[in-house]
Amino acid sequence: MAHDKTAVTKDGIRYRPSLAGLPPRSIAPSKTARTITQVILAFVACYFLLPIVWLLIASTKNNTDLVSTPGFAFGEFNWAANWHSLMAWTKGMFLRWVLNSLLYSTVAGVVGTFISVACGYAMAKFQFPGRRVLLVVIMTGLLMPVALLTVPLYLLFIKMHLVNTVWAMIIPSMVSPFGVFLGNVYADSSVPTELLEAARIDGAGEFRIFSTMVLRLLAPAMVTIFLFIFVATWNNFLLPLMMITNESLQPVTQGLYGMMSYFAPDKGAVMLASVIGVIPLVVLFLILQRYWQSGLAAGAVKG
Amino acid sequence: MASRKARHEALTGWLFALPFTVVFIIVFVAPIIESVRAAFHKQVAEGGGLFGGGRMVEKFVGLQNFQEVCTNPAFWHGIGRVMLFGVFQIPIMILAALFLALVIDSYLVRHPGFWRLSYFLPYAIPGLVAAIMWTYLYLPEISPFAGHLSFSLLSSHVILGSMANMTTWTFTGYNMLIFLAALQAVPSELYEAARIDGASGWQIMTKIKIPMVRGAALLAVLLSIIGTVQLFNEPTVLATVATWMPRDYTPMMMAYNTMNGNISPSGAGPASAVSIMMALVAGVLAMIYALVQRKAD
Repeated sequence: MAHDKTAVTKDGIRYRPSLAGLPPRSIAPSKTARTITQVILAFVACYFLLPIVWLLIASTKNNTDLVSTPGFAFGEFNWAANWHSLMAWTKGMFLRWVLNSLLYSTVAGVVGTFISVACGYAMAKFQFPGRRVLLVVIMTGLLMPVALLTVPLYLLFIKMHLVNTVWAMIIPSMVSPFGVFLGNVYADSSVPTELLEAARIDGAGEFRIFSTMVLRLLAPAMVTIFLFIFVATWNNFLLPLMMITNESLQPVTQGLYGMMSYFAPDKGAVMLASVIGVIPLVVLFLILQRYWQSGLAAGAVKG
Repeated sequence: MASRKARHEALTGWLFALPFTVVFIIVFVAPIIESVRAAFHKQVAEGGGLFGGGRMVEKFVGLQNFQEVCTNPAFWHGIGRVMLFGVFQIPIMILAALFLALVIDSYLVRHPGFWRLSYFLPYAIPGLVAAIMWTYLYLPEISPFAGHLSFSLLSSHVILGSMANMTTWTFTGYNMLIFLAALQAVPSELYEAARIDGASGWQIMTKIKIPMVRGAALLAVLLSIIGTVQLFNEPTVLATVATWMPRDYTPMMMAYNTMNGNISPSGAGPASAVSIMMALVAGVLAMIYALVQRKAD
């Protein structure tokens, strides 16, 4: 067989070396099996990636080109024109919406991460009355259909005069039962109780122990929780739809929907806006790849 | 002395747990209580003339809101739609995710990181943007493929399938990662031991790997069932181009539009009743699945 390359040892014995990245020859699959697998995987990748490629190409076209040129071919390159149309159409609001989303997601992510880690740490390392009840209630929250809470949340926020304020977006987004769960699992396994006791003997206060030692040990979990809250907040659509009517407070998802439901929208501008609304998330995912993968791992193994 | 230490520990524990607990009560517990209360009330005009004019007050109406939801065929049509959607979409998505995870975790693949990332990328696209993108991909005038089909992807017979494609596209990679994580938690000595005992690759897959991801699969299906009952973004965006779609096409759309006064009866009471009924249906479906699954084991 052609791919059976041989090598020679120092003492002149011919042998077939293992291929890099593959297991020993005795259990390695045949080349045919590997080729078929690659072809199947490539087809599947097309399904997942081509729509994104199409979106990128479509964002460069105007309404005429969208209809007259083939989907995967470039027409005239109209990014600048689409951008101007987007700005004129939204009265310059579009960038504001992106900034709103950034603000909501960042604040909810940072505050949400700290409060969930603190709570998870408390439940892992302290005995206090009500601890078990709290744990059960929060874990039930993990399976709670969140969208269903939006209507009642709206009713409650009307009474609290929070509708149409930034708090209506930030407060609900901060709460992540998954964050508490992950913080709890991590604190349980990677914060040694001996270390806490040693610090206490040295006279360190509980808050100081938490802020200088525990937070450092929990850093990987915290990045994961931040990412999850950030993404969930950025993607939320029903919540702003219920809570926000003031145009200058809308996040980017709501703005996009408003454009989409417009009579005869400028489709090229909608697609350019979609691409811009996606970029922050894709960048974040690529930078923090290592963390979300390990975060999912912790969730899956325990779950 | 010991009791002072215990008291100190209890106090510190609660102090750390408190901030989250407070927000959790505001966002999860209080709304549930408020919606149960609202569901038993209705806004009615008080006093004033024959043609209204009185101010709106809340009146206790007992189970009337629930009765209206339960006897409303639109609600059950919506439930039927999301159930039909879930019966096909969830198995396809979960099996595809499992298949991809098993392949990527096997010896057959050389660059697992590359494939993993390509399949996961759609999850990084906000659901609403994905819905907008696919909606345009379904429009025959501008789509690269929809124009060549003999049927419309936006017609009433096909649109559930079109929607199922959107969710499958977004969440398959996410579920695949959950399976991959579960697979990677299996110690590789187990596979070596099985090899030495003479197990084939197929046997390792069916006898070791698939049983190992059972827990992850159960959780993934439960979350998918709960997510399906709340289907909202995709139908809402599709309705901007498929104008035939009613405002109560899915139960979540019904709850939203009831709250916003777009369909009658409207208001906080009826909307709360719809929400609670949906939560009950989601809970019952999830429980049935969990019980059936446990019996099968």
